Amino acid sequence: MIRLENLTKIFETQKGSVIAADHITMEVPSGEICILLGPSGCGKTTTLKMINRIVPPTSGKVFIEGEDTSGMQTEDLRRNIGYVIQQIGLFPNMTIEENITAVPRLLGWDAKRYRERARELMDVIAMDPNIYLNRYPSELSGGQQQRIGVARALAADPPVMLMDEPFGAIDPINRAVIQDEFLKMQQALKKTILFVSHDIDEAIKMGDRIAIFRAGRLVQLSEPDDLLAAPKDEFVESFLGDDRALKRLNLVRVGDVVSSDIGTVNPGDTLATALKRMDEYGYQLSILMVNEQNEPVGMVPRSVASLTRGYCRDHFQPLPGTIHMGDSLRKATSIMFAEDTTWLPCIDDNGKVCGQITQRAMTRHLGARFRAAARTATAPATGA
Amino acid sequence: MELIQYAWTNIDVLLARTVEHISLVGVAVGLATLTGVPIGIAITQSERVARVVLYVASIIITIPSIALFGLMIPILSVFGHGIGYVPAVIAVLLYSQLPIIRNTYTAINNVSPALREAARGIGMSPLQRMRQVEIPLAIPVIMAGVRTAVVLNIGVMAIAAYIGAGGLGTFISRGISQSDPRQLIVGAVAVSLLAVITDYTLLALQRWLTPKGLSRSAGAGA
Repeated sequence: MIRLENLTKIFETQKGSVIAADHITMEVPSGEICILLGPSGCGKTTTLKMINRIVPPTSGKVFIEGEDTSGMQTEDLRRNIGYVIQQIGLFPNMTIEENITAVPRLLGWDAKRYRERARELMDVIAMDPNIYLNRYPSELSGGQQQRIGVARALAADPPVMLMDEPFGAIDPINRAVIQDEFLKMQQALKKTILFVSHDIDEAIKMGDRIAIFRAGRLVQLSEPDDLLAAPKDEFVESFLGDDRALKRLNLVRVGDVVSSDIGTVNPGDTLATALKRMDEYGYQLSILMVNEQNEPVGMVPRSVASLTRGYCRDHFQPLPGTIHMGDSLRKATSIMFAEDTTWLPCIDDNGKVCGQITQRAMTRHLGARFRAAARTATAPATGA
Repeated sequence: MELIQYAWTNIDVLLARTVEHISLVGVAVGLATLTGVPIGIAITQSERVARVVLYVASIIITIPSIALFGLMIPILSVFGHGIGYVPAVIAVLLYSQLPIIRNTYTAINNVSPALREAARGIGMSPLQRMRQVEIPLAIPVIMAGVRTAVVLNIGVMAIAAYIGAGGLGTFISRGISQSDPRQLIVGAVAVSLLAVITDYTLLALQRWLTPKGLSRSAGAGA
């Protein structure tokens, strides 16, 4: 757990005082990633760096795991906080092993223990210790270097990590990979993480919470979905972009929107049965056909069913696609747009049909959140 | 032919003078390294002090060596060392300060801010940062400064023969005073060869001292 209390930084410049961070008060619960987000010069990095005193705070307090850090020695404090920076900052004169074990060595671990720890961490970041431990940073790619950077920060198993745009200098393809790896790692490690970013998409993907900064102030601290649905003011709204509703597609799972009420036919049913069932359920265009194991195999179009006689098994068409319950709405939308369809059958982990998702249901679900946000926003105004 | 013959018949003197020359320069530049590197590191803390120190060192290096020897005679005579070994070593020590201090200062200052921040961020104390990160990274450039000092002062030390410090300069000074081109040329060629060979030897030492993870090209900057 990290708690900031009235954390303030005032830089004295020749033109006068500049308030870089103005009474920042916030809390990150244990095991969560909180993204500090905002345009450059908004105070997010200053706030982050005040926590490990890379930037000494002018006033205010930092609590880690409930303990006031102002009494701690700066070096001790830093050794208990993982720190990852955008420029990576691996020491080029040290091998990968020496880089990873830098903090344990500062803490005075014995050689056997920190060498074991290095191998353990290489497994965590999915790099072969036999190949890489004896190499030098200059022999690694940017993505590999930042994995080592993360491993170095994790070495002494600190409860808290500070990450300053850690993946900002990595190319987009590798960035997505390393973000996914990091999230997977975080699920197991449950660190409390403060993460600076200027990329709204990264924030939505990585953050349990997002803190929006502007001109040294913390403007809004919300969960990503709340942030997108109910930005507090025009600045936040414009920062999130005018496609913020689309960004929510990443956050909502198919399982949240799925309708389990789905009519299907079996290969052995007649086309007349199929037509009747389409009318029952009100399907305009087609109906899903499943096999005995309830797995999707195709669809029977209304045009065929109404004009032909026979069995479904002889007259079905291939499906445009299926979507897994755990997939995001973004993926569902993408398949729908690509296949020119307004619905998709949803399948569970075993590949069995468990419902359907329609474009109408998606827009209704997403819209409901915005309508609720709009109501709460206007309610006090009308009451006053 | 005559020259080679002369050098060969006087090989024992030539070698003795060479050893003398090397030990004079070695002691002086060794002492200069012991003072120059800490000064170079210290002045990274304050830009203003750095400017003053580098300015003074630049002035010293512009004083012609023969003038510097002359200046030191009355001062050091007080301690009974107006000529000979002591003023020669002091002169070389002074001349060595600029390349060594300047290269140390530049090398430490050029350690990337990101590395500094990473070192601070993981909890290294200022001394640990210096020892584990900044100095290892600065080694190639510091060594380049030492090399410059050594090569520069092998030349300066030849002139110190005039104040009785010995070394290969003795051949040159005698060659001039006795109008003996053989001694003159043998002395000059020996000094030049010594400078070239020492430079290559130190270059090898520099490469050996450079941390493996750094690229070899980082040695430039002298």
